[in-house]
Amino acid sequence: MKNKMELQFSALSQNESFARVTVAAFIAQLDPTMDELTEVKTVVSEAVTNSIIHGYENNPEGTVFISVTIEDDLIELTIRDEGIGIDDVEEAMQPLYTSKPELERSGMGFTIMENFMDEIQVVSHRGEGTIVRLKKHVTKSKALCN
Amino acid sequence: MSLTIEMEARNQILCIRLKGELDHHTAEDLKNQATREIEKHGIRHIILNLEELSFMDSSGLGVILGRYKQIKQTQGEMIVCAISPSIKRLFDMSGLFKIIKLEVSEENALQRLGVA
Repeated sequence: MKNKMELQFSALSQNESFARVTVAAFIAQLDPTMDELTEVKTVVSEAVTNSIIHGYENNPEGTVFISVTIEDDLIELTIRDEGIGIDDVEEAMQPLYTSKPELERSGMGFTIMENFMDEIQVVSHRGEGTIVRLKKHVTKSKALCN
Repeated sequence: MSLTIEMEARNQILCIRLKGELDHHTAEDLKNQATREIEKHGIRHIILNLEELSFMDSSGLGVILGRYKQIKQTQGEMIVCAISPSIKRLFDMSGLFKIIKLEVSEENALQRLGVA
């Protein structure tokens, strides 16, 4: 059965923790492993932080949108902002690349998203915002099947 | 869940013990507090104890790298200890272990620095 939830909140850094904990609580229904839960939390944190720092350049008037769909063992996660957008997505996704080195950013956000999820798609238009779509299959708990 | 930062400066070594969650929101606090301690006590080496850190993302990597660069200016070393497997994966992915050393405990880290 398909199950969906949507979430939207102000682009404030204190909401990063709220976002990852809420998404984790929703996907917990799939009975993922602790590692998978941590991976999804980390990915949500990365994408939401990108929207806040880069998309909205720390303007709290901005809104971050998250939608999560779960069906069977698949998690589909979309994190969207209506911020400034990314000029060169390919460049932004390079490991260690950061557009804001003065802020001590590690440039590892997209690399972590790619590593922790099965699929990633980034669509961005200058002045319109950025959409990050992510997919991950979880290993369903097999204990009950034995 | 936020971040609790405990710091102890001794013999030019700063021991930073983190508890809770290190993300973009809490990284700023860590950056400010650690920078202040490093300058105030003329710190050369940093031991980062992550035993009670339950969550970290790439913002944590950024602030840790920032402190490494700070002590690197005076040929200092940074040692991370008691790291969880999930956080260790982030360090591995970023290549941070090429410049930051890893030990199992604070005591081992102190031994490595030749003070315990």
